[in-house]
Amino acid sequence: MIYRETGQFKSTYASDQQLFPIVQDRWFVIGVVAFAFVAVPFLASEYLFLAILIPFLILALAAIGLNILVGYCGQVSLGTGAFMAVGAYSAYNLAIRMPDLNLIVIFLASGAIAMAFGVLFGIPSLRIKGFYLAVATLAAQFFVDWLFARVKWFTNDSSSGSVSAPPLQVFGYGIETPAQQYLFVLAFVCVFALAARNLTRGAIGRAWMATRDMDVAAEVIGIRPMAAKLSAFAVSSFIVGVAGALWAFIRLGSWEPLAFDVNRSFQLLFMVIIGGLGSILGSFLGAAFIVILPLVLNQLPTWLGIPLSTAMISHLEIMIFGALIVFFLIVEPRGLARLWAIGKEKLRLWPFPH
Amino acid sequence: MKRILSKHATALALAVAGAFGAAQDVRAQSSNEIFIPALVYRTGAYAPNGVPWADGFVDYIKLVNERDGGVNGIKLAYEECETGYATDRGVECYERLKSKKPVAFSPLSTGITYALTDKAPGDKIVLITGGYGRADSVDGAVFQWNFPIFGTYWDGADILVQHVKKKGPLKGKKIALVYHDSPYGKEPIPVLEALAKREGFELIKLPVTHPGVEQKATWLQVRQQRPDYVFLWGWGVMNSTSIKEAIAVSYPRLQMYGVWWAAAEPDVEPAEQAAKGYNGLAMGHSAEHDRPIHKDMIKYLYDKGKGTAAKKEEVGEVLYNRGMLSAMMTVEAIRKAQEKFGKRVVTGEEVRWGAENLNIDAARIKALGVDGMMVPLKTSCNDHGGAHSARIHTWDGKQWSYTSDMYTSDPKLLRPMIEASAKKYADEKKITPAPCGKAMTASAQ
Repeated sequence: MIYRETGQFKSTYASDQQLFPIVQDRWFVIGVVAFAFVAVPFLASEYLFLAILIPFLILALAAIGLNILVGYCGQVSLGTGAFMAVGAYSAYNLAIRMPDLNLIVIFLASGAIAMAFGVLFGIPSLRIKGFYLAVATLAAQFFVDWLFARVKWFTNDSSSGSVSAPPLQVFGYGIETPAQQYLFVLAFVCVFALAARNLTRGAIGRAWMATRDMDVAAEVIGIRPMAAKLSAFAVSSFIVGVAGALWAFIRLGSWEPLAFDVNRSFQLLFMVIIGGLGSILGSFLGAAFIVILPLVLNQLPTWLGIPLSTAMISHLEIMIFGALIVFFLIVEPRGLARLWAIGKEKLRLWPFPH
Repeated sequence: MKRILSKHATALALAVAGAFGAAQDVRAQSSNEIFIPALVYRTGAYAPNGVPWADGFVDYIKLVNERDGGVNGIKLAYEECETGYATDRGVECYERLKSKKPVAFSPLSTGITYALTDKAPGDKIVLITGGYGRADSVDGAVFQWNFPIFGTYWDGADILVQHVKKKGPLKGKKIALVYHDSPYGKEPIPVLEALAKREGFELIKLPVTHPGVEQKATWLQVRQQRPDYVFLWGWGVMNSTSIKEAIAVSYPRLQMYGVWWAAAEPDVEPAEQAAKGYNGLAMGHSAEHDRPIHKDMIKYLYDKGKGTAAKKEEVGEVLYNRGMLSAMMTVEAIRKAQEKFGKRVVTGEEVRWGAENLNIDAARIKALGVDGMMVPLKTSCNDHGGAHSARIHTWDGKQWSYTSDMYTSDPKLLRPMIEASAKKYADEKKITPAPCGKAMTASAQ
């Protein structure tokens, strides 16, 4: 009843092709973004910013990057942690060695370095696919772990191998308070989410999806597989690299290669699978599921006043979290984004389902 | 559906709580209490070592409340948060507990300490890292909020080399460092490298990746290269695995030395008799079970069923003692702060002053009931460590016993390195060090 597009006529191509053709959707998204930019900075507590919102946003950005590669182009990658690490260490080295560089330039440049690295490790995708490609991208993961743990130059000869981000400044303004950091991250995420969404709607995105669905057929209709696959690797690792730089500089502050180990790659892949392959919204939902749910489960007993030992709470957290992953994958293998879409369909017919 | 799910989760949690009758580990906090958070790990690959430390830490806070009615009448509140030794989870715990106005954190992880070092000055929370953390944080001019009390890994590395040097000159010898591939394990490398140059031994660095259950390749290298000594810088299951692998390649345990985190019961017990002869650093204490403090623990907590540890025998184990001593130093810093600022709920800034002016002399050690478990300790702005001594203890198959005198690390070697490293950190972070000698420098960095 509320959610119905009756009476919304499209009289121009532009209005038919716009990002959110349904008015309610459009206003909902605008409302959420406006709320996130205007209201949240005043409402949220420091804990909410630092422990929940910022990690959620940054990992959602990384998930968008990975979703382009896995969800849209069908190239399974287990090297996401590596691409994040390349972004993080590039940003660190740029910031240390060129202290006058603007932070935004540093982040974009580190994205570009991650992009070059991603394209390099994407070359095997031209010959192999599926599980074999996943194993090949795993090589990137181990190579990067080794590189940043063993080559001292990248860590500026830090004795412990742990590096630490310099103070953050943009145009002379410090990014110090949690609210400022949140807004900075949110701006990055919004820009990249919008760009990613538009890329996937255009010719490039269609080339990716055609390659994903059947690469031989895609080649027959004139899509160059090399361009499609490598551009997916490039865009994906650019976004993932920026997310890595944000994760290191804003979330962690100081980090070691372990922060970007193979578990990070798996975590991001799970986000994409649970959230929904081939969906920008799914990346956000998946990130929320993986980042926020364990924290909620961990604190739930305390909120409810149930006396449990610390060890018991952690065991329960792992068990319930695992059970929920299985539950959601059984209920809807195509991810949370698909559940959302079904919900919208139902809402269109409500209250008179046929 | 979400509501149903959360209902299910709640029901399940309730059912499990009922079934296990699990212990309460949160003491509700009120406004006239001092809050000390406990970052612990009771699950995962590091749990065997994390559990006794956490039990000791929490037990001491409980003891102060039960026996003394708090610190000068002010009760202590605490809350545990599980980090699983993961840095990101540790940072989340820090953010979670920060809102309760804690005065001091003991993260029990060098990686988490690195991450919190950037955050603590802004939040005005003291980091007390008893026997771990950044070695360069001894320099209080740069690291105003870090207190690596009892000694750092650089002290440990120097003391181990002093000890093996006593057995004969090290020129031309080979020393292998088997280390946890994390900030913790890498911390001693600069000192060992400097000593290798000075003493003329060869340092073989053998990293072991987290969590350290797979070490066949590492010990194969030990077998090929036959180092004269092996220094073990491991944690959690890595330690017991290392000792078992050493047995498998028949490397003599007598030539193996663990740092103080690789020299406790959970490390040697899995190998039992075979670990006989294995040596480790003991900071000030080993496994003392019979000091007045332990008797108090039994009397005030365990006899009344209020103890944290699963069994009474754990009281006095190496890591239990260390957790207890860490909590004790936190409480002493609070006590010192109360001496100056009044017997009330003190703030993080005041506790920072207290931690910087600790003076635990022999009489105080006796009064605390930890006679012979720590060396006299005196902190200052120049020296946030306070003590830099350790001795060796050896596992005889059943228990630990001291096998050396107390060593003290060489400040001539370490001090310039500490200052250089701290200066580098200050440059990277664009911090202006607050020169020592001035009165309380409480300004945020």
